[in-house]
Formats: sequence, structure tokens, C-alpha cells
Amino acid sequence: MKTLKELEEIRKRTLETINVRKDRTGTRVVVGMATCGIAAGARPVLMSIMDEVKKNNLADVVVAQTGCIGMCRLEPIVEVYKPGEDKVTYVKVTDAKALRIINEHVMQGKIVEEYTIGAGDK
Amino acid sequence: MKELALHILDLAQNSITANADLVRISVDENLTQDTLTISIEDNGYGMDEKQVDKVKDPFVTSRTSRKVGLGIPLMLAACQRCEGDLRIESQKNVGTKLIATFKHSHIDRAPLGNMTDTMISLIIGAENINFVYIHIINQEEFCFDTREIRQALGEVVPLSEPDVLDWIKSYINEGLSNLRGGVL
Ligand SMILES: Nc1ncnc2c1ncn2[C@@H]1O[C@H](COP(=O)(O)OP(=O)(O)O)[C@@H](O)[C@H]1O
Ligand SMILES: [Mg+2]
Repeated sequence: MKTLKELEEIRKRTLETINVRKDRTGTRVVVGMATCGIAAGARPVLMSIMDEVKKNNLADVVVAQTGCIGMCRLEPIVEVYKPGEDKVTYVKVTDAKALRIINEHVMQGKIVEEYTIGAGDK
Repeated sequence: MKELALHILDLAQNSITANADLVRISVDENLTQDTLTISIEDNGYGMDEKQVDKVKDPFVTSRTSRKVGLGIPLMLAACQRCEGDLRIESQKNVGTKLIATFKHSHIDRAPLGNMTDTMISLIIGAENINFVYIHIINQEEFCFDTREIRQALGEVVPLSEPDVLDWIKSYINEGLSNLRGGVL
């Protein structure tokens, strides 16, 4: 059984690491979560991004959500903001694509060109 | 939408947009009466009567990025396909309550789906908002309340802390599994 007491243990355990997270200046990963995004599969994409960030201990990565950005046909949409770099917009993202975006772009700095907006027009 | 839990996620986002700081979600499965009732209640900025009347129409939205609002019409259609309905009660500056009903056994009813992922998505998307999720099956009840969790965590540790999210996931999964008699 999960108990509230366990939360107190988590609190004690995490109090030390919390200050590191507080001044996160790293990458922002933003998932579109409006009606169009949710219908297209944004929730599992968000979940797999969260899992991957946790698995790799990416303490300076912030995962956030946004509403409709007016490109409903291209949802699920994920935007990656790296400090000092242009925003990269990934379209029609799946959980498998999300894993590559985290592993290759967020962690190694290599943009996954084939998933970016406009890649299909080339 | 493939799951009712996705409608819930979407409609609760309306509450967040409406500046609510408390959102109550309830799922009531009454197998004797063969009904499924979902309600989403918030203390956000609400709507006046005129807005409520218009909101079931897909061509009404206050958003600017797109001309049509879809969330409420989609839920209404899902209810009506299953001998149910969607009722909206709202009061300006007080809050809004949506009550969606379905015939539980209706062949066109989408499965409830993954409520745990829906709650996790809401929690990580709205750090300062509290959520209550009550799930009732016949008379049995499971209740999840972020205010209790915040209390146990104290002021400093946020709900978005990975270990806390893991705890919440297991807590909801376990609660729902108990409600269903051990099967998820
Ligand atoms: N909980 C709520 N509180 C206040 N206003 C709401 C709420 N839910 C819906 N609305 C109003 O109804 C409109 C339509 O909602 P919806 O069908 O979900 O489409 P969208 O969110 O894309 O605008 C919203 O733009 C908003 O003006
Ligand atoms: Mg909406």
C-alpha cells in the first residue's frame, strides 16, 4: 500500500537535490496539449518524454505544456528550446520519435532533422 | 478521442485556462443503473448564461489561434452517441461544472482509458493548481487530492519531483485496481 508517510521520506530525501533543480537554466521541452494535440496522441508523447528525462537524470531539463499553436494537422507538436539556440519544432511526434528527440537533440545536441517542421517539404 | 480520460484531460485544461486553482474530477460508474457519469468542476472565472448557451456549438471559442472551439462539442457528441448528455452549469466569477453522462454498457462508449496518465499530465502542466479526483464504482470510492500530498511534502518539494510523480502514479493505479477488485 502507498502511504502518505512515504511522501515524507521522499521529502527528506529530495530536499538536498531540490536546489539544483530550482535554478534550471537548461533545455525546455514543450508539448502541445490543446484538444488537437491530445486527440492526436500528445499525452503518451508527454509521458515518454517525462520517463526518458527521469531515466537519464536530466535534472536541468524542464518539460512544459502549451496550448494550440494553430497547426492542428501537425500535432502532436514538440518544441525544443536550448539556451542560445533557435527553437526547433518537431511535428507529428510519436513516443518513439520523442525518445530520439530526447536522446539525440536534448542530450547530444544533434537536431533530428527528419522530424522537424518543413522536413517533409524538402 | 479514443479514451474518455483524454476528454477529461482536455476539459480540465479549460478550467486551468479559466484561472481555477481547484479542479474536481469525478468518475462515477453505477453498474446497477448502467450509467457512467463524469464531472469536472472548477472555481475559475466561469461563463455567463449567454456563453453557456453557445458553448456547445463548435464555432464558439475565446481562443485567438483558431476559430473553432472543439473540446466541449466533442464531449457532447461522445455522450449523445451513448444515450447520455452533457450539462454545463456555470456562473461568472464563481466557477463551472460540466456533467457528462453515458450509458455504461453502450457499444459506442469509448473506454475510460488511462486516468493515471491524465492526472499526471494535469499535475505537471499546472504546478500551482490543486486537483481532486474521485472515482466511484457502485458504492466503493477512491479519492486522490493533491492538497494532502502537498501537505505531506511541505513547502519546498514540488509535485513535479520525479519521485513524487512515481508515488502518485502508483497511488492512483493501486486505488483504481482495488476499486476494480484487484484487476486494472
Ligand atoms: N471551465 C471553463 N471555465 C470558463 N470558460 C470555459 C470553461 N470551459 C469552456 N469555457 C469557454 O468555452 C469555450 C469553448 O471551450 P472548448 O470547446 O473546450 O474549446 P477551446 O478550449 O478550444 O476554446 C472556451 O474558449 C471558453 O471560453
Ligand atoms: Mg478546450
